[in-house]
Amino acid sequence: MKIDPIHQFNIEPLFTIGHIGNQTIAFTNSSLYMLVAVAIISLLMLASGTQLVPGRLQSVAEISYEFVASTIRSTAGSEGMKFFPLIFSLFMFICVSNLIGIIPYTFTISSHLIVTAALALLVFFTVLIYGVAKNGLKFFSIFVPHGVPGYILPLVMFIEILSFFLRPVSHSVRLFANMLAGHIALKVFAGFVAMLGFSLGALGWFGGVLPLALTVALYALEILVAFLQAYVFAILTCIYLNDAIHPGH
Amino acid sequence: MAESHGGAKSPAAGAHTEAEGGHGGGFPPFESSTYASQLVSLAIFFVVLYVIVSKLALPKVGGAIEARQNKIEGDLTEAQKLKDQSEAALKAYEGELASARSRAQAIGNESRDKANAQADAERKALEEQLATKLAEAEKTIASTRATAMTNVRGIAADAAGTIVQQLTGVVPDAASISAAVDASLKG
Repeated sequence: MKIDPIHQFNIEPLFTIGHIGNQTIAFTNSSLYMLVAVAIISLLMLASGTQLVPGRLQSVAEISYEFVASTIRSTAGSEGMKFFPLIFSLFMFICVSNLIGIIPYTFTISSHLIVTAALALLVFFTVLIYGVAKNGLKFFSIFVPHGVPGYILPLVMFIEILSFFLRPVSHSVRLFANMLAGHIALKVFAGFVAMLGFSLGALGWFGGVLPLALTVALYALEILVAFLQAYVFAILTCIYLNDAIHPGH
Repeated sequence: MAESHGGAKSPAAGAHTEAEGGHGGGFPPFESSTYASQLVSLAIFFVVLYVIVSKLALPKVGGAIEARQNKIEGDLTEAQKLKDQSEAALKAYEGELASARSRAQAIGNESRDKANAQADAERKALEEQLATKLAEAEKTIASTRATAMTNVRGIAADAAGTIVQQLTGVVPDAASISAAVDASLKG
């Protein structure tokens, strides 16, 4: 029994949609899981009713709504609420697809850097374009912190500018690496259980208890991480958007 | 190695064989031949999600939350109004009760005063009547006594005249007899 923790990240084309240049555009397993995530979110938000006293599904929908809304208000102020649909879409898309990905034999959309990078760049350009459109050149005052002595200001500005342009990198790699590493670790530990059981016989059955316990613990951790990384992605988006809305701070 | 598969005609076969082969260059997240497919699906599904969220989901859920908020606020206002009303009714009732009580007291006082006054008046009238009767009785007694005294004086004068005449044989004059009777009556 061979452990192949990478296999779960394979992109399998299901059918071809078309061609752009020499690239084949296929509907892949990743596309399928995106569709499933969008369907689940739509179902949750639209089929949950508008009762005065909410049921379970409606409570989940309203808690998601209030959770994202309060996150935006506390980090980007009430002006940030104009980005509510974007942040809500990002949070729910990442959270739901991460949680689906936890289920064994499923595919995790955000375990691919290209997806997280695309989402991070979407945020980056939203911040840049909105910031410049709203504040003009004043937007670039975020690179000049207050109260820094003149002689180290160029150095500080250099670091600020560098960190600004590295934001999409850290923003995307954080999510990607967390999901990738978590799923690999789960697969490796789960693989140990089977490997011990198959190779060492009765002794292996007892020996497999330890990696099994670890797998269970890791699984619980991964559920937390799935939610937490979506939250981190959303709150970082809010913080970056706050720069575009209030560049003076 | 991933780049070498970028232009491959069959990315499916490429990805699969590499995954089977091991971890070397076939790390799926860096398989650039799959990037275009993933980006296109992500763009399509994220835009669909954004449209659903911004046009349908958030207005609906937000509306439900707001409706509940308004309902709760409305109910609280209604409850406050009803509470104020009941308090006003209670206050009116208490005021009415107090005024009724004071009115009852006033009526009681008035009737008691009236009864007292009437009793006083009756008593006074009775006392006057009694006083008149007493005075009349006293007057009668006084006149009777005066008459009696006058008679006693006449009898005494006659007796004195007769006694003096019998003793001395001289008829005394009336003036000296009456002076002597008066002096002895006074004494």
